[in-house]
Parts: sequence; structure tokens; C-alpha cells
Amino acid sequence: MIRYLQGRLLALILVLALMSVIVFSFVHLIPGDPVVAILGTEVDQATQQSLRHAMGLDRPLLQQYALWVGGALRGNLGESVRTHQPVSAILGQKLPVTLELTAAAMAVGVCIALPAGVLAAVRRNSAIDLGAMGLALGGVSIPSFWLGVMLILLFSLHWRLFPAIGYVPVARDPADALRHMVLPAVTLGLGLAGALTRMVRSDVLEELGREYVRTARAKGLTFARVIARHILRNALLPTLTVLGVQVSVLLGGAVITEQIFAWPGVGQLIVQAVQSRDYPVLQGGILIVAVLAAVVQLLVDLAYAVMNPRIRFG
Amino acid sequence: MKSKRFLRHRLGMAGAVVVAVMLLAAAGAPLWRTQDPLAMQMSQALEPPTPRHWFGTDEFGRDVWSRVVYGTRLSITVGLASMLLATAAGVPLGAAAGYAGGTFDALAMRCMDAILAFPGLLLAIGLVAALGLGTGSGIIAIGVVYVPVFARVTRGAVLVRRGEEYVEAARALGQTDFAILRRHVLPNCVAPILVQATLGFASAIVIDAGLSFLGAGTPPPAPDWGTMLNEARQFMVAAPHVAVFPGLAISLAVLGFNLLGDGLRDALDPRL
Repeated sequence: MIRYLQGRLLALILVLALMSVIVFSFVHLIPGDPVVAILGTEVDQATQQSLRHAMGLDRPLLQQYALWVGGALRGNLGESVRTHQPVSAILGQKLPVTLELTAAAMAVGVCIALPAGVLAAVRRNSAIDLGAMGLALGGVSIPSFWLGVMLILLFSLHWRLFPAIGYVPVARDPADALRHMVLPAVTLGLGLAGALTRMVRSDVLEELGREYVRTARAKGLTFARVIARHILRNALLPTLTVLGVQVSVLLGGAVITEQIFAWPGVGQLIVQAVQSRDYPVLQGGILIVAVLAAVVQLLVDLAYAVMNPRIRFG
Repeated sequence: MKSKRFLRHRLGMAGAVVVAVMLLAAAGAPLWRTQDPLAMQMSQALEPPTPRHWFGTDEFGRDVWSRVVYGTRLSITVGLASMLLATAAGVPLGAAAGYAGGTFDALAMRCMDAILAFPGLLLAIGLVAALGLGTGSGIIAIGVVYVPVFARVTRGAVLVRRGEEYVEAARALGQTDFAILRRHVLPNCVAPILVQATLGFASAIVIDAGLSFLGAGTPPPAPDWGTMLNEARQFMVAAPHVAVFPGLAISLAVLGFNLLGDGLRDALDPRL
């Protein structure tokens, strides 16, 4: 296990280093002078020079990268070229809001996929199975930006059940926070529900045919108990690995969901940074979300290894 | 045998039909359109669907049906160009890595891991922000996001074939590495690459529409599905139809390519 852990950690560090190179290169891929791209051509030489110096663009490339990564490791991601706030301080405010949405979406996805997947497998080829598979196909095919718009159209403009946009912190008013959370969480979570339902269904189907299921039934356990105690334990392991990949998908999808529902998280921040050409904020936002996705992926893989000795000792 | 298996795959065939309809719509867009997709008629703004405007009109009085039909062209172009770009870079890279092995393989694959570790849309946004907003940047960005997918698939397939006897035989006959790769190894990788390209096509359409929806893709007034949907949000109360049809088109296109990809996978490689 220790050797497995060492190997994975080393690979993660290498991947994180390469990711930082990619994010660093965003500024240097800009055709022409990045300073002109940010400030426009209307400003005088002195202002250009001062921004160039502030962003470190007047140094050799390798030194720029070393300074940027060194700063990032110490929690310093530079400052916004628009508001002059430190990027890490802005991210500190925005990240929890995005994580709240991601966690809620994951809860929605799992709460739909687990029962739907199990029922579809147990009642294979029935109307329930067909319905669950239809939902799964729809979940992965309907883009979140359309789903979100349609949900607003139906549930807030037509039936007036939930607020259309906005974010309320849980600490201020838990009930209102929940009402604001429903539509964004469903918008983001339904894609996950689709992907997971297919996975749960096929994993449960595979387990249903095993010998131990027959043994458990033969010793008098009810079918529900066999599913809950035996099948789910085995079937959920592969599903767990999918969940790790899906965290990355959710974090990416949050960018669009936040934009639809005016949710003040990292996603909205990134989109605003694109529009205002605020590259330090853009780089910081993308880096933090990508690092988070990579770390969660590792944690999920480790959890999988802990629960599955075949990987641990393999 | 394989084509028979695909023809019997009902969902895969349904996908093939949807994709065929899309291709027809894109190729014959000037034939199917009822109006000029860019022609504005402010006096007819936000009209609901009528026999004259099948999908109604948008806030500038443009015909939504004609815009959706022309949007197919943009989506197909972006999907095709980005997948071509991704295969052109990913396949040689994956083949070289799998065939050479060692340090080059390890290094190349860690680079691919790093690209894969990003949420796809996020990396695309970053690249588009750097390269400049627009359709061309979107194609490059989506292509880059998909390079690792093709590199990995090709590498995996090459690793499997590398030890086969016919490869040994070709080497014994004195063929160069490049010739062996090209003549004996790569033709066997076509099936998994084709499957990934079809599924990738679906993602490319979603990412492209997503970029446009965020205002980072194809700029107005071009009839891009994502841009249309984004603009329609402001008029949702007065004219919900303007948001409904482009979204339906995206969903149908994505569904079509996903079903086709699944069907191809089942038909070409039943082990997966």
C-alpha cells in the first residue's frame, strides 16, 4: 500500500507541475504583447511598462515561471489587473461557493442514480429500466446550459416554485439558501445522474449473476437484504472510480451553471476574467479548480485501493 | 460481420439516422432554410412559431428555423475540425510513445495526464482566452483537450500489437519502425480511434456551444446554437421558443453522436 501511495503521489506531483506549465502558458499564448491585450492601445508607455513589470513580463521566461510557481506554492497568485485585489483572496471567497454547488450537485446525482440504477437492473427490460435508461441518455445528452434555462422557464417563471437566479449563504437563511440551491444543483447534477445510472445498472447486473447471490438467497435472506448487504457493496466499487472522474466534470460544468444562475463562485469569476482580460485571475481560477480536481481524483483512487485489496497488492 | 452487427444495433442505427439528418441539414442548408438566417425584420421580432416562421423569430426578427439549420453547419465544422486536429496530433504521439516505450513514453503520457486532469471546458476556456475569442480558437482549444484521448487509445492499441508475431516477422524482414507502425500496427487501431472520434464529436459540439453560451465562442451575428441560446435568455418570459429550439438541436446532435459512438463500439469491439 505504501509503495502504491508513493507511486501515485509522485505521479500527481509531476502532473501538477505540468499543469502549472499549461496554465502559465496562457499569458504567453496571447498573440502579440499581453500588456497591450490587457490594457488596449490607448494607454501611455509608462502605464504599460508598470503593468509589464508588475506581472513580471519584463523578465526572462524561465525566471517568470519560477517566480509564478514559487508564489503559487506560497499561496500568492498575483493580483487582479482590474481590481488590484490579491487573486488568492478573491479565490478564498469564491471557492467555497463553488464547492457548495458541486457538493449539492453530487448529492442530487447520487440520490437519483443509485435507486434508478438498482431498480433498472433488478427489473431489467421493464418499463422502469426503459425509463431509467431514457433518463440516463437524456442526462448525458442535454447540455447543462439548456437544461438550466428550461428549468428556470418552468419552475421559476411559469410555476414560480423556486427563485430563478441568485445565491444566499446557508449561514444567513438556511431555508432560503436551499430554495436558491435547488435549480442550480439539479442542472449540474442531472448529467452526473445520467452517467452514474448507467454505471450502477451495469455493475448491479453483473453482480446479480454471481454465485454468492444465489447462496445468500438460499440461506433465506430477502432479496432486498441481499441487494443492500451484498450486491451494492461489490457493485459500488467501480461506480466510485467513475465518481472521481465526475468531480472534474462537475467542477468544469459549474462554470456554466454559475453563469446561468448568477452564482458567485469561481466559475463566474473565470468567465468575468475572460471578458475583462484579467489574466492573473483567469490563471489563478483555472489552476485552483484543476488542482482540486486532480487531488480529488487521487483521493478517490486511494479510497478505491483501500477498499479493494486487488489494487492495493497488485 | 461487423456491419451486420451494427445494423442490428437499434440505438446505434437511431444515432446514425440523427447524424445523417444533421449532415444533410448542414450540406443543404441553403435548400432547407426558409429565410436568410441573418436578415433582420424588427417589425416581426419575437414572433411565436407560425406557418411562415416554423420556429418563430428572435429579438431581431430573424427566422429561428433558418438559424438553427445554418447552426448545424457551424457545429459540424467545429466537431470535424477539432477531431481531425486531435487525431492528427494524438495518434502519432500515442503510436510513437507506445512503440518506443521508456522515458519518451513516460514523459509523453504524463503530459497527456496533465491535459486530461483539467476539466475539459475549463482548459478550453483558458486556451480560447489566450488565443483570442472566436470559432478558430474554439476548434484549436477543443482539439488540444482531445489530444490525450487519442494518444492514450492509440498507445494502448499499439502496446497490444507490438508483441504480435506479424510485427516480429516484419522486423525480421528488415522493415523500418515507421513502416511497421504504418503498415502493420496502425491499421489495427482504426476501430477504437473511430469510436473515440464519434464520441468526441458529441463533446466537441457541447464544448463549442458552451463556449459560445459564455460569450467566448463564435461571435454574433453568426447562427451558432450556443450564442442563440445565450441571447434568448433575456427574452425568456416573452418568447420562450427562442431558447427552446437551439437547445433541442444541440441535445439531438449530442444524443445522435453518442448513440452512434456506442453502437460503433459495440459493433467494432464487442469486448469493450
